[in-house]
Amino acid sequence: MSRIGVFVCHCGENISATVDVEKVAQVAGEMGDVAFSLDYKYMCSEPGQALVQQAIKDHNLTGVVVSACSPRMHEPTFRKASADAGLNPYMCEMANIREHCSWVHERSEETTEKAIDLVRMMVEKVKYDKPLEPIKVPITKTALVIGGGIAGIQTSLDIANCGHKVILVEKEPSIGGHMAQLSETFPTLDCSQCILSPRMVEVAQHPNITLMTYSELESLEGYIGNFTAKIRKKAKSVDHSKCTGCGDCWNKCPSKKIPSEFNAGLENRTAIYTPFPQAVPNKPVIDKANCTYYKTGKCKICEKFCKAGAIEYDLEDEIVEIPVGALVITTGFQVKGTDFFPEYGYGQYKDVITGLQFERLASASGPTLGEIRRPSDGKVPEKIVFIACAGSRDEAKGIPYCSKICCMYTAKHAMLYQHKVHTGKSYVFYMDIRSGGKNYEEFVRRAIEEDKVNYVRGRVSTVYEKNGKLIVKGADTLMGGQPVEIEADMVVLATASVSRCGSEDLAQKLHISYDAYKFFAEAHPKLKPVETNTAGIFLAGACQAPKDIPESVSMASGAAVKVAGLFSKDEMSREPIIAVVNRMAPPQFSSCVGCFLCQTACPYNAIEREEIKDRNGNVLKTLAKVNPGLCQGCGTCVAFCRTKSIDIQGFTNEQMYSEVMALLNA
Amino acid sequence: MGHHHHEESGLAAEVKKATEVAAEKCYQCGKCSAGCPVADEMDYTPSMVMRMLQTNTPENDEKLLRSKTIWLCLTCEMCISRCPMSVDIPKVMDFMREKSRYDKKVSVKANDILAFHESFLLSVEKTGKLYELGLIAAYKLKTFHLTQDIAVAPAMFQKGKLHLMPELVKDRGNLSSIFAKTIKKK
Amino acid sequence: MMTLGFYPGCSLTGSSREYAESVVAISEAIGIELKQIPDWNCCGATAAHNLDKELSLSLPARILALAEKEGMEEIVVPCAACYSRLTVAQHELNHDEEMKTKVSSIINMPYKGTVRIMNVIQMLQKYAVDKLTDLIKKPFEYKAACYYGCLLVRPHEILQFDRVENPQTMDVIMSQIGAKPLDWAFKTECCGAGFSVSQTKIVGKLSGKIVGDAVDRGADVIIVACPMCHSNLDMRRPQIETYLQRKVQTPVIYITQAIGLALGISREKLGLQRHFVPVKIS
Repeated sequence: MSRIGVFVCHCGENISATVDVEKVAQVAGEMGDVAFSLDYKYMCSEPGQALVQQAIKDHNLTGVVVSACSPRMHEPTFRKASADAGLNPYMCEMANIREHCSWVHERSEETTEKAIDLVRMMVEKVKYDKPLEPIKVPITKTALVIGGGIAGIQTSLDIANCGHKVILVEKEPSIGGHMAQLSETFPTLDCSQCILSPRMVEVAQHPNITLMTYSELESLEGYIGNFTAKIRKKAKSVDHSKCTGCGDCWNKCPSKKIPSEFNAGLENRTAIYTPFPQAVPNKPVIDKANCTYYKTGKCKICEKFCKAGAIEYDLEDEIVEIPVGALVITTGFQVKGTDFFPEYGYGQYKDVITGLQFERLASASGPTLGEIRRPSDGKVPEKIVFIACAGSRDEAKGIPYCSKICCMYTAKHAMLYQHKVHTGKSYVFYMDIRSGGKNYEEFVRRAIEEDKVNYVRGRVSTVYEKNGKLIVKGADTLMGGQPVEIEADMVVLATASVSRCGSEDLAQKLHISYDAYKFFAEAHPKLKPVETNTAGIFLAGACQAPKDIPESVSMASGAAVKVAGLFSKDEMSREPIIAVVNRMAPPQFSSCVGCFLCQTACPYNAIEREEIKDRNGNVLKTLAKVNPGLCQGCGTCVAFCRTKSIDIQGFTNEQMYSEVMALLNA
Repeated sequence: MGHHHHEESGLAAEVKKATEVAAEKCYQCGKCSAGCPVADEMDYTPSMVMRMLQTNTPENDEKLLRSKTIWLCLTCEMCISRCPMSVDIPKVMDFMREKSRYDKKVSVKANDILAFHESFLLSVEKTGKLYELGLIAAYKLKTFHLTQDIAVAPAMFQKGKLHLMPELVKDRGNLSSIFAKTIKKK
Repeated sequence: MMTLGFYPGCSLTGSSREYAESVVAISEAIGIELKQIPDWNCCGATAAHNLDKELSLSLPARILALAEKEGMEEIVVPCAACYSRLTVAQHELNHDEEMKTKVSSIINMPYKGTVRIMNVIQMLQKYAVDKLTDLIKKPFEYKAACYYGCLLVRPHEILQFDRVENPQTMDVIMSQIGAKPLDWAFKTECCGAGFSVSQTKIVGKLSGKIVGDAVDRGADVIIVACPMCHSNLDMRRPQIETYLQRKVQTPVIYITQAIGLALGISREKLGLQRHFVPVKIS
């Protein structure tokens, strides 16, 4: 026998103006199993909640129905009040007579009848409610950060400084990402490497951070607080514990013709290499795919010259298994190459380069030691044309979005060029100038007003090469579309930022969503920028969408606090509104037949297989089992189950059916 | 009338109805004008034409139909091949030419060009094929460029590239009926 | 002897007669008989689509309907302008049932839209390239600037032939016959199209830029596959020279003539004497 209390709220006039709340309370009081009912102006207020608590005590209530606003508003309020009065909170439900009734109808008898029906349904449901306890899940207080660029570095430091362990995984031999490739950063023109290196060193030396470079995620299993990550530590062929970073090996390596990834193809590197002088760790790896020894069995010059005896050709990739509680994905972005542009030469003109390649030219540690020189003949260009929106905002090329950073870095490049080549002439062909960040607009004005960069509004139709010059055919739309032809010495394309190669595979391994452009999906575009729809996996930086360094750093710190928040408890508490597969006595054990349609249907990978064994270890039956840590209570499995063996606690089939019957029988 | 985007009337709306080209897709990047071989000879460049359509004013609509641009367009299709929004400018140009002629608004600067097209089609209507001598004769009559190419014709004839008599399609009735049902009807 | 449907178009029977001669000559050499579509009419070229949409669809439709009636599954259309008009018209009608019905009634003939339309390069790719190497008698050892013009490669969505920027199909065939195809910048820039008579000065400028670039890069010969381009680059050479302010003797020949020369076919048979700029090669 249930003893249910019904509390009908006026909600000021929000409900009472349309629904006869006194009548609802009166009719509810006469329903079977309802021991008490009242109506009150503001149930969610302190006195209102006190009324509920008093009634629970006075009338020994076994269940509560608060007939008021949407449970999304105040279910937690009333559940807490009930719990404080000694009633299991999951015996307290809300009947929504505001959003579902008074806010969508006119005042009439029928509206009040509908409110009464809604209460009736909820009373029926509560009759079948069972006391539930929140599910406690342990938390492993180690974070896994995938991607060692500025976002990954920042988030690792922030999490580590909160006292938690961090594993930072980076697939290149060094951390630093694209920021390490930049010459100077806008809007301050700080030397990029100078502001980045201290952070990189801090990461390497931090007692809470384990740095795994030349490593990648192999697989991920588990759920929030309880992931198991397998990391593939690629064989470096160099024992870093012995290596001193002296450089003899790469100075002697005979394979010198491998295009350097760090220098964006403008220079070559050796097979045994560190990517750049400030690399962290500053110890080399061997690129097996391009090493003569690994390809042909001959050479071994590095071993010969290594005084520390650190070369180990026979090292294999190592897979390590690590329990982690949360992940932050900071894998960054890449830019399109010049070969993406048929109208600009399909990548065959040496002096048509990308913005990233220009960064390497401008960089003091780059292939030209910071002098702007043409890749074709090494001459200093007298005229450079910068083409903004190269590939971005271009539906025909499949990249309709704006890459966000190019307007700023193009202005920066033009300025750097003018600073280095005082007599040089630079042109920027643009569509719009997007400079919304702090001090960004002033930065662009400086380029135009002080450094005399010529901004021409219009896109470039084609670029071709003739007699060592690049003929640029653009237009000035502010002059009515007047064609503008420039004979340039160099053309810099601000190519589109796109998601990294391999993003799709990583997303699949992590079970996180991604959009049509393979950028990882945030949980809510406005209010949840650093979370994904997968609990426990967070995002920061350009892997979510193109963005600049301040935004990446902000996001990284935001993700870090989410992780720290998660780790601030020893246990996670989860709502018990989850699916459960029935169990009964042997020999049946369950009405589940082990078809695992539920497993196929479950969007959250929350269904596992449980083997029921006899005493000798023989498997009698394989049944579905719900992982209470992962299940989100969506109910898809319940709809799929052919034998109705799986049900949602707090929303059972019986409860749903009884609500419908209550309506029909009314 | 101001710069409206959602009017159902005006030249842009007519263009959209006939060609399915939505002028609002154009974000005025200018790539078409940059690549157009004759942009520097036009009164309005291709990107300017799209902008004028977007303004949706009777003044600009008139200017477009009376422009030299639409007749100077070579129909080389370079514009659409580079347009990031795939705006079918050649189709828009075709439509505006057709309308400009039917509305009798053809620019005087395009007289020669129109005369050539009309002479060409006259020859096709009468013989079913292009009768070059007929075309030249009709063109000279329309334009009074009587001495144009006077040096070329004998050379063409001598090289066997100019026929004195037209080659006639047998079913010429079919041809004239095609003309009657299309261009001559309007 | 294989038979292939053939639409010469107006230029090939008149002002660009040598193109037809060379197409026929090399078809013979590779064992193909070209059969003209009976009672074909002018496709309407630029004039029709500039003045009236329905006319511009009906004229090509009549041609294709005649081809269908004749049972031709494939036709070769050496004139790039005609190739473009026929293909575009076929495409538009296949995507607009209402217009297709209307045009069919205008031309008073059943029209299905099923003929496969090939330009001369596609014909060469399909039927000639396998045989060419064995038939070559005198490799065409010249530096050739292959000029594609506009209508072979644009609009790409409809024609789906080669590629819009820096196309290569002609270059590949020219390599096969021993030529050195040049990398140059004006492969697909318009020559001035149908303005030969009504805006001759513009043709002089546009064609002048094309010839100028080819010559500056060392071309011995310019190869074309379109009679309008040929006429502008060849017959209008005086206007080109006025624009360039210099004399340019570089000849312009059709790809079929180049192949013909490589196969050892006589100059007369290929119509080389019909050009305005003397073809002083081979």
